[in-house]
Amino acid sequence: MAVTETEQKTVQKELTLNMGPQHPSTHGVLRLVLDLQGETVVGVDPRPGYLHRGIEKLMEYRTYHQIIPITDRLEYISCMNNNLGYVVAVEKLASISVPERAQFIRTLTAELGRLSAHLVWLGTHALDIGAMTVCLYALRERELLLDLFEMATGARQTVSYARIGGVRNDLPRDFFDKCYEFVDLFPKRLTEYDTLIRENRIWLRRTKGIGVMTAEDAVNYGLTGGTLRGSGVDYDLRKAEPYAAYDKVDFDVPLGKNGDVYDRYIVRLEEMRQSNRIIRQCLDKMQPGPVMTDDPRYAVPEKTQVMQNMESLAHQFVLMSKWAPMPKGEVYSATEAPKGELGFYIVSDGSGKPYRIKIRAPSYVNLSAFPKMVTGHMMADVVACIGTIDIVLGECDR
Amino acid sequence: MGVIQNQFPDGFITTKIDGLINWLRASSIWPMTFGLACCAIEMIQYYSAPQHDFDRFGTIPRASPRQSDLLLVAGTLTKKMAPILRRVYDQMPEPRYVISMGSCAGSGGIFDTYSVVQGVDNIVPVDVYIPGCPPRPEALMYGIMTLHEQIKKEKYIRK
Amino acid sequence: MDPVQIAKMIEEKFPDQVLGTVTHAGQVGVMLQKDGIVDVCQYLRDEPSLKMDHLADLTAVDYSTYPDDEGPRFEAVYNMISTVYRHRMRLKVRLPEEGPRIASVSSVWQTANWHERETYDLLGIVFDGHPDLRRILMPEDWEGHPLRKEYPLKGY
Repeated sequence: MAVTETEQKTVQKELTLNMGPQHPSTHGVLRLVLDLQGETVVGVDPRPGYLHRGIEKLMEYRTYHQIIPITDRLEYISCMNNNLGYVVAVEKLASISVPERAQFIRTLTAELGRLSAHLVWLGTHALDIGAMTVCLYALRERELLLDLFEMATGARQTVSYARIGGVRNDLPRDFFDKCYEFVDLFPKRLTEYDTLIRENRIWLRRTKGIGVMTAEDAVNYGLTGGTLRGSGVDYDLRKAEPYAAYDKVDFDVPLGKNGDVYDRYIVRLEEMRQSNRIIRQCLDKMQPGPVMTDDPRYAVPEKTQVMQNMESLAHQFVLMSKWAPMPKGEVYSATEAPKGELGFYIVSDGSGKPYRIKIRAPSYVNLSAFPKMVTGHMMADVVACIGTIDIVLGECDR
Repeated sequence: MGVIQNQFPDGFITTKIDGLINWLRASSIWPMTFGLACCAIEMIQYYSAPQHDFDRFGTIPRASPRQSDLLLVAGTLTKKMAPILRRVYDQMPEPRYVISMGSCAGSGGIFDTYSVVQGVDNIVPVDVYIPGCPPRPEALMYGIMTLHEQIKKEKYIRK
Repeated sequence: MDPVQIAKMIEEKFPDQVLGTVTHAGQVGVMLQKDGIVDVCQYLRDEPSLKMDHLADLTAVDYSTYPDDEGPRFEAVYNMISTVYRHRMRLKVRLPEEGPRIASVSSVWQTANWHERETYDLLGIVFDGHPDLRRILMPEDWEGHPLRKEYPLKGY
């Protein structure tokens, strides 16, 4: 067939496509500037920052105690883990010891938080790729988790539960029954989601071989959490540097092989099973005891004491208004949040307010590997890759 | 009304045009989901979790401003994001409504900082404010119902 | 490996670069001259007994209002960990108030790319040799660097 004149003149040009910041599958307000060659992505420039709220600056103006509610708003799907990450850092800075029951409660609630984060991830990730039912199922179970949080803390989402030196209050008695009920129910439900997509042909086509990161690249790009372990690197801070009561419970760290979207899905799904295991062990192993440190400098007195005792009242007043002096120095402490390594680098100048806090947000670092993941794939795989790095813009932009 | 009430055979009802239009409009409010921060998660929980069943109010979330009547601003609006909010609002067809969900959207909330817009009403007119950090799904439900009440008081037919 | 031991290894390898060590809560920070940062990072990553392959965090601190602090104004901080041996290390480099510049380590760890962009954006520290040093969190036409101490929290 003869080539027409117009066809000869046709030149393939790159198309620059702007995706976001208001787009249903960018998981918030992420903006991507994509360079397309036909349907193929040849370059990506992620532009975060549309939710930059000045959290690090704000923290410099708050006392150590007042910062706890701000950490809730970092990674707002699993607030428990953020609270924990922050208080662990402050405890390391001032060498505060935490009683064992509080450690178990922290581990328990952090794992519940991890489940709630992974359920949102599973639901939205599947929804992006086109499996809507999973989202409805996952959020149904998440509602049970939110009920548990509400029972323990009074808030559904922004819980502010951990305190420096312990937790705010002991768990109510009926929490345990409800939690056991949940732990019994959840693995069955998990299998239910899994059967919907694990061997689904569309799911396999959309996820296998997409967004591949080799182990070497993954470490070099600073990936952490499920995104790293999908590439087969055994790096989980719960095992590497145990905090809270993670050294007293038994769990496995699931690893992937190929480092593609599918393997990360398998890893995170297995992580949910392991979390469930940890929760059950915490419930079984928890012994009665205090939930707040006995360190007189930093222990917030109990409410009943404050009402009856003059010294407790005065102490509470000082702690709440300007906090106790902290030792001078600096500390970097990292915990394993659902998205990866959540680090707090705190510089203290000896007063009750931190001099500088740097939050090492896993979403931010994981997002920086996004161009590497998606370049060379099709336009439709972009949403699969956004889903698989499990990004939350609140902590990405801070 | 009393004169024509029950004057027709079965199958007829009598009402005002305003009442009919407002009833139709209020019971099919399609929100544009402008999820910005933490509140968006509670909003998703409300849209999608079967416990709450958002759809029974005729509210079906849309991702395009061209198809929606209601802009549900959920979360902290930053200065970098503000022009986009305005653009999305301008793309919506009239009549349009705005619900500001959460403390941050209402007043900036705890983020009284250099980069946060202190209330979305600096950028777009707001019909209903829902307080809370984040508001519970029930509060969002109440906000939608308050908007229904507002819509039902509107007048379209003028002399 | 114990962090004190790692600090010693760095000092033996780069005697003219190391200015001292700071220890708090069992964590060791090595103060360095600013010229040798890339070499030290390369050494830490490639030395078989250290293998600091994961740069956890890179940031900077503005020390202008820190009580009793005499040194130069800014400090770049590098936190790293080995995913193999699980030991941590911190490097600290002081930078002057006028034109704070330091060599980029994004050739050693890819992840430093975005950390450096963020530090440039929020504190105004320039990383020489960085492939793409632009603002990342603030709008492109923003003036000033918010995390500097003279920058107001609000009312900007």
